[in-house]
Amino acid sequence: MIFHPAVIALLAASAINALVLLAGSLFAVHLLRHWDLASGHERQIRLERQTYLVATAIALVLAIQFVALLLFVYNAERMSVLFTGAMCATGTLNVNAYGFPTLILKIAGFFLAVVWLALNQADNLARDYPLIRRKYALLIVIAPVFLAEAVVQALYFLNLSPNVITSCCGSLFSDTGAGVAADLAALPARPALIGFYAVLLATLLAGLRLWRQGRGGRLFGLLSGVQFATAVAAIVAFISLYVYEHPHHHCPFCLLKADFDYIGYALYVPLFAATGYGLAAGILHPHLRIGSLAGVLPPLVRRHAGWAVASLAAFGVLASWLILASNLKLIAP
Amino acid sequence: MIELSAVTKTFNAGRPNEYPALRGVDLTIESGRVTALRGPSGSGKTTLLTLIGCLARPSSGRVRLEGEDISALPERFLAELRLRRFGFVFQRFNLIPGLSALDNILLPAYPLGLPYHDLRARADALMASLEIDHRAATRVDWLSGGEVQRVAIARALVNDPPVIIADEPTAHLDSRLSLEFLGLLGRLKDAGKTIVIASHDPLVFETGLPDRVADLRDGRIVGVAP
Amino acid sequence: MNGFARQRYLLDFTVASLMRRPGRNLSLLLVYTLVVFLLASAMLYSQAIKGKAAALLRDSPEVVVQRMEAGRHALMPVSYLERLGRLRGVAHVEGRLWGYYYDPVVAANYTVMAPDRDGALPGQARIGAGIARVRGLAPGDVLSLRGYDGRPHAFTVAEVLPADSELVSADLLLIAPADFRAFFGLPEDVYTDLALAVTNPAEVRQVARKLAERLPDCRPILREEVLRTYESVFDWREGLLLAVLAGAVCAFLIFAWDKATGLSAEERREIGILRAIGWETGDVLRMKLWEGGLISFTAFCLGYGLAHIHVFHAGAPLFAGVMRGWSVLQPHFALTPQVDALQLTTLFLLSVVPYTVVTLVPVWRAATVDPDSIMR
Repeated sequence: MIFHPAVIALLAASAINALVLLAGSLFAVHLLRHWDLASGHERQIRLERQTYLVATAIALVLAIQFVALLLFVYNAERMSVLFTGAMCATGTLNVNAYGFPTLILKIAGFFLAVVWLALNQADNLARDYPLIRRKYALLIVIAPVFLAEAVVQALYFLNLSPNVITSCCGSLFSDTGAGVAADLAALPARPALIGFYAVLLATLLAGLRLWRQGRGGRLFGLLSGVQFATAVAAIVAFISLYVYEHPHHHCPFCLLKADFDYIGYALYVPLFAATGYGLAAGILHPHLRIGSLAGVLPPLVRRHAGWAVASLAAFGVLASWLILASNLKLIAP
Repeated sequence: MIELSAVTKTFNAGRPNEYPALRGVDLTIESGRVTALRGPSGSGKTTLLTLIGCLARPSSGRVRLEGEDISALPERFLAELRLRRFGFVFQRFNLIPGLSALDNILLPAYPLGLPYHDLRARADALMASLEIDHRAATRVDWLSGGEVQRVAIARALVNDPPVIIADEPTAHLDSRLSLEFLGLLGRLKDAGKTIVIASHDPLVFETGLPDRVADLRDGRIVGVAP
Repeated sequence: MNGFARQRYLLDFTVASLMRRPGRNLSLLLVYTLVVFLLASAMLYSQAIKGKAAALLRDSPEVVVQRMEAGRHALMPVSYLERLGRLRGVAHVEGRLWGYYYDPVVAANYTVMAPDRDGALPGQARIGAGIARVRGLAPGDVLSLRGYDGRPHAFTVAEVLPADSELVSADLLLIAPADFRAFFGLPEDVYTDLALAVTNPAEVRQVARKLAERLPDCRPILREEVLRTYESVFDWREGLLLAVLAGAVCAFLIFAWDKATGLSAEERREIGILRAIGWETGDVLRMKLWEGGLISFTAFCLGYGLAHIHVFHAGAPLFAGVMRGWSVLQPHFALTPQVDALQLTTLFLLSVVPYTVVTLVPVWRAATVDPDSIMR
C-alpha cells in the first residue's frame, strides 16, 4: 500500500462515484415501482423532483470521473520511480494484475455516464418523459461498473509494494512479450495502418450519413465504440512510434508528457469527444420514433453526430499529420 | 381559454393533517376578460389561482390550457408554460430586494436566454409606458409604493404573456394606490390580456373591473356571476 | 446560443446575489481558503523537498559499495579495490572517506567528508552554511575541534558552501584526506566505502549483481534505490500530514453542509419568487451550483496562491519541522517554485469535489422549493 495524497484522492473519488451510483440505483428501483406521471400525488411530485438530484449527481460523477482519469494516469507516471524497472505509467500499471483493469473500468465508467446523461437530456425534452423507465433501468445496469472500479482500484493500490521488478513500456509493449498489449505492439505496421484507417473512414462515413440524412444511428454508435478500441490499438501499435521516433517505444501515456509537447491531449481529447458523442447518438437513435420525441430528438441526434464527426476528423487529421511529419519510417515508401 | 373540470387539490394526502383545499371545481376562464375569484381566506381561491397559473398540479381532475391537457405535466414544462403564458403579480408584489428595478423586471426573461439587447429594449419600452424609466437603476428597496407596483407589473409583462395572474394585489395598499393599480389592470385588459385576480377587497369589485366573478367557499365554487 | 446566454444570465444573477450579501458567504470562503491552503502547503512542500533531494542525488555516484562486518557497516580496505578489478560497464571506482562528528559545543552532528578532488587543502576546511551559522564562522576564521585522541585540531575556514543545496549540505564539513585520517585516527589503507560510476544506467543492476558475487561481504547501494527510499519516505510523511489534515477537511465539510442546509427565510422566499415567475428547478439548481463553483474557484485560487507564497517565499514555517525531521542545524534553503498538474488535480479532488458532493443535497432541496410557496 502506498499512502500518498494522489492515491487517497483517487480512492475517495471512486468511493464517491460508487456511492452515488448505489444510491441512484436504490432510487431507480423505487422509481420503477412507483412512477405514474398521470398522478398529481405528492409522492409522484417528490419522485419527479428527486430525478433532478439524480441527474445532477450523475453529471457530477462524470466530472469526477474525468478528473480522476487524468489523475490516475498522472499518478501512475509519477509513481514509476517507486518501482524498479518501471520507467513510465505503463510500468506502474503493470506492477500487479489490477492496474490496467482499473484504467479500463475508469474509461468504461466515463462513457457510461456520458451515455446515461445523453439519454437523460433527450428524455427531458418530451413532456411525458418517455425514456424514464429505460433510463433508470440503465442506471441499475451501469452501477456495478462503478462499484467494480472502486473495488479493483482499491485492490490495485493495496497491492502495490515498491521494489517489485516490473516491466516498463519498453518491455511490456515490446514486440517479443506476451499478452494483449504485446500483441498490439507486434502488429505489422502496414496491415495495422490499413485497419485503423478503414475503421476510421467507415465511422466517419456512418457519422456523416447520420448527420446529413438522420439515418444509421445504431451502426454509427457501434462503429464509434469499435473505433475507440482500434484507435487506442493504433496509438500503441504505431502512432506512438511515430511520435517518439523510436521503433520500439509503444507507450500510450508518454504522449501526455512535456517531452512530446503534450501532444497526447490533442490526440485523446478529440478521440474521447468523438466516442462520447458517437455513443450518445447511437443510444438515442432507437428512440427516434417515440411519439413525443419525434419532433425534438432527430435534431439532437444529428447534432451529436455532427460533433462526433468533427471530433473524429480532428483526431484523424492529427494522427495522420503525426505519421507523415515523423522522421521515423515504418513503411518503405 | 383555461378550463378546469372536477379539479381537487389535497395537501398532505394520507397524513393526519390531510387538508382538502379544493373539492371539485369546474370553471372556465375566457380569454381577453377579467375573471375575479372572491371568497374569505381559506376558501381556496389562492389554491385555485395556483392551478390556473400552472404553479401546481391538481390532485385529480383536468386543467386544459388552450385545449391542451396540462394536469399531468411535469414541473419542468409547467415552469416553461408559466414563463411564456403567465405574468404574476403577488401580494406585497414580492420583488427581490437589493436588485435594481431593471434587474427585477428582467428576472422572468433570463431562463429564455434571449439576446440581452432585445431584453433590454423590451424592458425599456415597458418602463417608459409605466413611467418608471427614470428609476431603472434604483434598488427596489428605495422605491415608493406606487413605483413598486409598477415594477411588479412590468416584471409580469416582460415576456409578453397573454394571461396576468394577480393574487390579492390590493391587500396591503391604501385606497389611492389600489385605485391606481386597478387602473393599470384596466389598461392591460384594454390591451387584450386575460386577467385572473383573487381578492376579497370590495374596492376591486366596486370599480367594475371584473367581467366575471366566481365566489368560493370551503373549496367549492358557490356562484358565478354573470 | 440560447443555452449559453441562459447560463450567462444565471451566472450574472449569481454574482449579483453574492455581491448583495457579501458577509453571508465570507466565513465559508475564509474556512474554505484555509483548508485549501493547508492541503496545498503540505503537498507543495513535500513535492518541492522531494524534487530537491532528487536534484541533489543526481550528482551522487550510481553505486556505493559498503563492507559489512557482523551485519554492520565496516571500513573498506584498499585491497578491495584490486579484488574488485575491472568490471564491465563501470567507468570509474574510487574510495571515499566520510564520517560523522558530534560537536558538543553546539550539540549538533556534522557530516565530515574528505573527497580526493574539490575537497580542501591540508589544514583548511569548507563548511556548510548550518555550521557557519551555529558556530558564527566566516571564511578566514579558525574552527577548532577535538580529534579522536582528545587533542584539538584547528582548521581554517576556506569557504562557506553555497546555500542552494542546503538540505544535504547544511551540516557538511569538508577537509583534506590526510587531515581526515589524522582527525579520526584512520589507518592509511582503509576507506569508508567505494563509489562507482556506471556508464549505462540500464546496466546498474547487472553491475550490482556482479559486485555482490566478487565481494560477498559487501553490499551495493544503488542511487535509484536511495531515490526511491527518499520518495517513499516523503510520500509517507505527506500522507500522514494529509491524514492529520483530513480532520480539518471533515470539519470544513460539516460546516459547509450546515451552511448550505440552513437557508435563510429571505433566501427561501427569493427562490420561491424565482420558481413562481417561471424559473425551472434546473435553473435554480444551476444558479446554486454556479454559486458553489464561484466560491470554490475563489477559495481554490486564494488557498493555492497563499500556499505557494507560504512554501516558496516564506520558508513554510508551518510544516518545516514535520517534513524535514528535527535537527539543530535546521537547513534554510530556498525551494524551487513549481506548479504541477498532478498536484492541482489531487488538490481539486480533495477539496472542491467533496465540497460539491456535500452541498449537492442541500442545494437540490433549496432548488425544489414549491413554486406556489410564496402564495400560501
